[in-house]
Amino acid sequence: MKNIDFLLAGVGGQGTILASNILGQVGLKLGYDVKKAEVHGMAMRGGMVDNHVRWGEKVYSPLVFKGKVDYLVGFEMLEAARWPAYMSSNAIVIVNNYRINPPSVNMGKASYPPKDEIASLLTAKGERLIWVDATDIAYNLGNAAAAGVVLLGSLSTFLDGSEEEWMEEIADLVPPKFLELNKQAFVEGRRAMNA
Amino acid sequence: MKKMMLGNEAFAYGAYLAGARVGAAYPGTPSTEIMEAYATYPGVHAEWAPNEKVALDVGIGAAYAGTRALVSLKQVGLNVAADALFYSSYTGLKAGLVLVVADDPSMHSSSTEQDSRSYAKAAKVPMLEPADSEEAKLFTGIALDLSEKFDTPVLVRSVTRISHSATPVEISDVPPPPAPSEPPMYDRQPLKFVMVPANARTRHPIVVERLEQVKEFAETFPHNRIEMGDESLGIVTSGTSYQYAREIFPNASFLKLGMVWPLPEKMIREFASRVKTLIVVEELVPVFEEYIRWLGLPVRGRDIFPEIGEFSPHLVKECALAAGLIEEEDKAKAEAAATTAATPQLPNRPPMLCAGCGHRALFHVIRESGALVLGDIGCYTLSFAPPLNAIHTTGCMGAGIGQAHGVAKGGVKDRIIAVLGDSTFMHSGIHPLINVLYNESNVTTIISDNRVTAMTGSQQHPGTGITLQGKHTTEVKPEELVRGMGFKKIDILDPHDIDNLAKVLEDHLNSNQPSVIIARRPCVILTKERHTPPIVDKELCVDCGSCMEIGCTPLIQEDGYVRIDPILCNGCNLCIKICPAEAIIDQQKE
Repeated sequence: MKNIDFLLAGVGGQGTILASNILGQVGLKLGYDVKKAEVHGMAMRGGMVDNHVRWGEKVYSPLVFKGKVDYLVGFEMLEAARWPAYMSSNAIVIVNNYRINPPSVNMGKASYPPKDEIASLLTAKGERLIWVDATDIAYNLGNAAAAGVVLLGSLSTFLDGSEEEWMEEIADLVPPKFLELNKQAFVEGRRAMNA
Repeated sequence: MKKMMLGNEAFAYGAYLAGARVGAAYPGTPSTEIMEAYATYPGVHAEWAPNEKVALDVGIGAAYAGTRALVSLKQVGLNVAADALFYSSYTGLKAGLVLVVADDPSMHSSSTEQDSRSYAKAAKVPMLEPADSEEAKLFTGIALDLSEKFDTPVLVRSVTRISHSATPVEISDVPPPPAPSEPPMYDRQPLKFVMVPANARTRHPIVVERLEQVKEFAETFPHNRIEMGDESLGIVTSGTSYQYAREIFPNASFLKLGMVWPLPEKMIREFASRVKTLIVVEELVPVFEEYIRWLGLPVRGRDIFPEIGEFSPHLVKECALAAGLIEEEDKAKAEAAATTAATPQLPNRPPMLCAGCGHRALFHVIRESGALVLGDIGCYTLSFAPPLNAIHTTGCMGAGIGQAHGVAKGGVKDRIIAVLGDSTFMHSGIHPLINVLYNESNVTTIISDNRVTAMTGSQQHPGTGITLQGKHTTEVKPEELVRGMGFKKIDILDPHDIDNLAKVLEDHLNSNQPSVIIARRPCVILTKERHTPPIVDKELCVDCGSCMEIGCTPLIQEDGYVRIDPILCNGCNLCIKICPAEAIIDQQKE
């Protein structure tokens, strides 16, 4: 059983924890040992958040290792750009085509890196980079907050587990009121990869 | 069956399975979810106490009464509760008492970096430390058993990476012990429970003897275990450090300590005799290392690994590389060098007040007043940073008011404001405020009342009138408390009415008496309120930057004007009141 390491990076409030919970439960369902580490508290207030998820035969550390991450999922472009050192050269990088300015940029004291610069950072070792319009897709479905599940849908196309198996864990973790939205978001995320 | 659980959920589950029926806590990252999870189990009483000292006294009382109790808190919370920890070590209890204390190495959400193992040593009580959620569940139950076996409170240490990591937990088929059919009989034992000096002097030798007994127990405690591998390197470790070391030294021998105080001397000596080089991998304070040195055994630790900050797998690996304990493959070296060379400086993204937050309006006006601001612990602490720049001290819960009084007595000319939140006021703002009246200083205290303990994720407190388990109860009102203390000058207002706030604040600062302003506006995460965002009229915007001074994330200054991101904005319209050019247009009127 191959070890698979994931890193989900975004801005506090974007729903990285829900996405990593779903990813964790799917791993367990598929028979992996699973560990995940998340950030709560202070970082929720619009700060940087990184969620680590590890699937493997036997996982010790809940934190991923530098240079070993197989899948980086960026919920926001700049947040994805912080993690090149963590990716393996074969990594697949899925990034939401969405920008949230940090305060220093809004105040004109720093500049947001151009998209092509972010792209070259994320592919410097030969990683495969995929842009997904996850926030736009989720916004059009009725709620931008479902962007994380769109990204998860895209990620799922590289992993084991049938669409139904993923949907079961989504249904287990998403409140009933938002379930239909998130199911659609997941399907749209998968579709974005096939387009 | 296995289920993914956060360490914090597993602590709660373990306490429930072991029959704990009373739980008390004050929220604090990274410990908050323990009591929240515990509160959901049937047949338990779980509560948010006003502070950790009260929570621990509640837990001690329950245990005196013969009911197993869970108290959970963060490392700085244990500072607040320390008095109660020390006396309960002396009195012992009747039923089991477990304190789960969550340390926060690297201070993800804390004001100081502490290692609570030091408290176990100082208070002479046992401490266990789990390395994943399954152990978190098991150790909480074991702690309650040990508490009764040795008549002592037992600490269970967590850290951020245990509390906020999720790992599989075996779901038990065995239900918790049933509730007693009769109320427990309170066993009055004044010589044991009344700590006057004469009684305390008879208890202290019992405490010391008890620790010796626990130490003997630790020698055969199955969760202190030797995992022999290659004999050239032996590693003494516990908790998360064990997990990192296991991956970085896959062939080494391990002494994995489940009980981190007291330490098993014989087991350590035996392990040391079986390995060529002995090292310790432990975060923060070198508790194990100092003990092993004290035993006279050669050991390395602090010369390899830092005593500041959280460990991570790569930090442990880099330290091990530097010390020559392991070697790196050339390919990995080259890749790491290439990545380091390619990584540019990216703009930082500090946590911010939410769009629509009432603190923003308050601190905007406070800054304009030019007063010296003695701050406190809560979301509002973020107002110290640019662009608000409106807080000048932050120490611990309740510190600001006491400091403000001291600054006044210190004789500075500045006008002085102490500011704290509603939950912090209930936690430890009341006593220093009494002091302001009693010892007379001209301090304006502002309670920024957002009707919730916000920073830790929307918890109830005495001022909300709702308990942890969702029951409606007496609402303890800050205005009634301060009126009862004897304050004469009290104003209650909505901080979003910034003109009124500025007028009232000026009046308070210029009045020659101690006074209180309660700035009340419910937390936007609590209300989930959203309104249509305003828009900027490009023709009217003069790009003066005034609105940028409130530091609201949806406001973006670019291409010679400001625009508002409608996804991030919650439509509070504060920026409309700030804009001197009247260029921000309300969209909620029609």
